[in-house]
Amino acid sequence: MGIKLTLIRQPTVPLEAEVLCPDTLADCSADEIAQLTIYHGKRQLPLSDFFEIEGEKSDEIEIHGDLKKVRWIGRGMSRGRLKIQGDVGMHLGAYMRDGLIEVKGDAGDWIGAEMKKGTIRIDGNAGGQIGAAYRGSRRGMRGGLIHVTGSAGLEVGMRMRRGIIVIGGSTRDFTGLQMKGGTILLGEGAEIRTGAWMNRGTIISLKALEVMPTFGIAIRQFTPPFMPLLAKALVSEGITLPENKSFDLYNGDLAVPGRGELLVLSS
Amino acid sequence: MLRITGGKVYDPANKIDGQIKDLNIDADGKFSDGQCDSRTIDATGMIVMPGGVDVHTHVAGGAINFARAMTPEDHRRTQAFIRTKTRRSGLGGMAPTTFATGYLYAGMGWTTVNEAAVPVLSARHTHEELADIPIVDKSTLTLMANNEIMLDQMEAGEYERARDVVAWYIWAAKSYGVKAVNPGGVAAWKWGGDARNLSSPIEGYNKLTPGTIVTQLARICDDLGLPHPMHLHCNDLGAPGNIKTTLDTLKHLEGSRAHIAHSQYHAYGGDGWETICSATAELAEYFNSHPNITTDAGAVIFGDTVTITADGPWQHLLYKLTGRKWGNLDVENETGCGIVPYTYRPSNLVNAVQWACGLELLLLIQSPWQVFLSTDHPNGGCFWRYPEIIKLLMSRDFRDECIKKLPSNIKNKIVLPEIAREYTLMDVATSMSAGPARALGLKQKGNLGTGCDGDVVIYDQEDDPGEMFAHPRYVIKAGEVIIDDGEIREAPDGREYIAKPFYDPATNDFMRPLFEDCYTMQFENYPVEIERVHGASIHDCKNDQDS
Repeated sequence: MGIKLTLIRQPTVPLEAEVLCPDTLADCSADEIAQLTIYHGKRQLPLSDFFEIEGEKSDEIEIHGDLKKVRWIGRGMSRGRLKIQGDVGMHLGAYMRDGLIEVKGDAGDWIGAEMKKGTIRIDGNAGGQIGAAYRGSRRGMRGGLIHVTGSAGLEVGMRMRRGIIVIGGSTRDFTGLQMKGGTILLGEGAEIRTGAWMNRGTIISLKALEVMPTFGIAIRQFTPPFMPLLAKALVSEGITLPENKSFDLYNGDLAVPGRGELLVLSS
Repeated sequence: MLRITGGKVYDPANKIDGQIKDLNIDADGKFSDGQCDSRTIDATGMIVMPGGVDVHTHVAGGAINFARAMTPEDHRRTQAFIRTKTRRSGLGGMAPTTFATGYLYAGMGWTTVNEAAVPVLSARHTHEELADIPIVDKSTLTLMANNEIMLDQMEAGEYERARDVVAWYIWAAKSYGVKAVNPGGVAAWKWGGDARNLSSPIEGYNKLTPGTIVTQLARICDDLGLPHPMHLHCNDLGAPGNIKTTLDTLKHLEGSRAHIAHSQYHAYGGDGWETICSATAELAEYFNSHPNITTDAGAVIFGDTVTITADGPWQHLLYKLTGRKWGNLDVENETGCGIVPYTYRPSNLVNAVQWACGLELLLLIQSPWQVFLSTDHPNGGCFWRYPEIIKLLMSRDFRDECIKKLPSNIKNKIVLPEIAREYTLMDVATSMSAGPARALGLKQKGNLGTGCDGDVVIYDQEDDPGEMFAHPRYVIKAGEVIIDDGEIREAPDGREYIAKPFYDPATNDFMRPLFEDCYTMQFENYPVEIERVHGASIHDCKNDQDS
C-alpha cells in the first residue's frame, strides 16, 4: 500500500515541503513522516501540523487537498510515483531525476525546472517557466517529459537542453526562450516572441502563431520526417498527434544567431 | 596572553626550520620574549607557521560584488553559513559574501589579504565591504595604469606631476599601493583597441607607449617610498605567445622593484589556441636571475569560477570565446572592469596548459621568497582551494596522478612532468606567508619574531598535505584563538593598512579643474575620508626625493 497525505489546514504563507518526495518518504515510518520538517514561511514545523498521514514506507504517494501554496513537492525525486488530487504550487518536480508525477488539477510556475528524467503529467493548466532553467543557470530541463493538458504561462521551456514539453492548450509570451535543445509541442499556439534567443531545439505549433521577424522561412508545406517518430514516442504517454499534416519551417533566432526550428502548421 | 608550547615551528623570516620552540604572545597581540602565565596551547607534535598572507586577491569592491550578483546559480549550490552567536550568515562559493570571505580565509589559516584592484571611484564601497570582512587584516591597491589624468601627464613628459597625481590618488582612495593593469590597453579599449606590445603608441595618444607607463610607474612607486612596489598585471594577458610581451615588460622594469601579478597568465608560448604551450622555463629563468622582482602564481585549479579583472578588453574576448555571461562596469576614465563566469576543464588543452603553468612557476622559480601562492582569486580558482595547490606542490606522485588525466597531446607543451622538486614545509611557509608579507612591506606579518603580530596557524601533522592545510587545528589572530578544532570561536574586526605618500600640496588645485572636466561626481565627494576606513593603520612613506 502507498502513503496518503491530506492537507488539513490551509497555510497562510507559502509552505515549502520538499520532504514530500518518494525518496524521503519511502524509508520513513508513519511517526517519522509526521516529524519531517516543513517550512511555513520562516517557521520550521512538523509535517503533521498540515497533513493527515496514512500509510508508511512506500514510494507510491497520494496527496489530496488544495495545495496551491505548497511548494517544492517532488523536488529531486528519483523514483516512485506522486499522485496529486487538487491544485499544486510552484516548483513541483524541480530537479527531478526519475519517476512519475500526476496532477489532477492546476499547477504553479517552475514545474519540472532543471529536471533530468522522468514524467510530469498535469491534467489542468500550469504556470510559467515549465522545464526552465533557474535564474542564472545555463540549462533548463535535460530530459524527461512534461505534459500539460491545459494552457501554460510565460517562458515555457526557457533554456531547456533536451526532453519534451507538450502543452495541450496555449502558452503565453517567450515560449522556448533561449532554448538550447529538446522539443516543445504547442496544441493551441502561443502568444508573442516564441523562440526568442533560441539556439537550437524544436518548437512545433499545431496552430498558427506570430513568428518573430528574426526567424527566416526555410520551407513551406513540409512534412518533417521525424513527426511519425515523435508521434510514436508520445502514444505511450497518451498523447495523439494529428497525422499527415504539413508545416511551415522557420529557422532562428537569427539575432543570436541560432539554428533552432520553429514548425507552424500550414494554413 | 597566550603561550604555544612544543610545536615544530616553521618561521622562514627567522630561519627556523622545524625546530621545537615555544611562542609567547603578549596582551597587545604581539610576540614577546617574556613568558606569560595565561592560556597555554600544547602544540606538541603539531606544526606551527605564521598566518597566511594573500598578496593578490579580489574580495571586495564593485567588481566582485557584480560577480556575486551575476552568479545566482552558484549561490544555490554552494556552502551556506548559518548565523550563530559568533558568526554572521553568508554564502561561500565562487565569489563568497563579505563575512563568509573572512571566515573562509581564517578557517584556512590566512590572516592577511591584499585586495589587488580598486578603482578610486569605488574605493569608498570597497572600504565598507572590507569592514565587513572579519578576522583578517586587509590592504588595497589603486588601479593607476589607465588613469587618463595620469596618462596625460606622462604623455606631456611631466614626470614629477605624474608622481604627485599618483600619490594624490593613493591618498584619495586610502589605499596601500599601486596596481597597474594592462598598461595603456584598457585606455585603448575605449577607442576599440588594445595594447599588446610595449613599444607602439597607445590609441588616443601621440607618443605614450605601454613601456613608458611601466617604467615610469615603477619608478614613481619607488620614489614615493611605497611599502609595496608597483603591482603589475602585464599587457597581453592570457594570449598564446605572450611570453615575449612579459619578458619585454620585465626589461622595462630593470633597476626598479616590482611585483608581477598572476604570472601564470603571462607565460605562454605558441601562436594560437592550438599551439599554446608553457613558456614558464624562460620566465622562471628571468626571476631566478633578478631577485628584486617578486611574483604570485595565479595558479589555475580545475572547476567552476568567475573571472573578474580591470582588463576590460580581455574579458570581452573571453566572453566571445565562451559565449557565457559577460558583465562590464564603466569606471569612467580610471580603468575598465569585466566579469565572465568560467569553467576550467582538465579535458580542455588550453586549460590544462594553464593548470600546469601555474605549478611550474611555483616549482621552477628557485626562491620561495620570490613566488607566492595565489590563484588570483577568483580568476584561476577560489582562494579556499589553496590547500589543493599546496598538495600538488608537496607531492610529485599526486602531480603525476593529476597529469595522467590531462589530454594526451599535452606532452610536449608542458614541463611539469619533468620537475622533481617537492615543496618542503619551509617552502610552503615562505610562499604562503613570509614571502608575500615581505613583498607587501608588512614587516610585522609572516614573522614569528619578537614584536611581530601574533598571527599563527597550527596544524595537526597529517600524511595528506591537502587535508592538513585545509583544516588547521588552531588559528590565532593577534593572540586571540579564532579557530579551534574547526569551529570559529571569535570573529574580531581586522585592520586596514593604508599608505600616505607625500605629494605637493598644490596637487589638489591642479586636480580640481581636470577632475571637474571629466568626472561625473563632485570633486569634494571623491576622496575617501579617513573615518570611513575601519581600523586604519597608516604607513608613512619614506620619500627619497622630497624629504
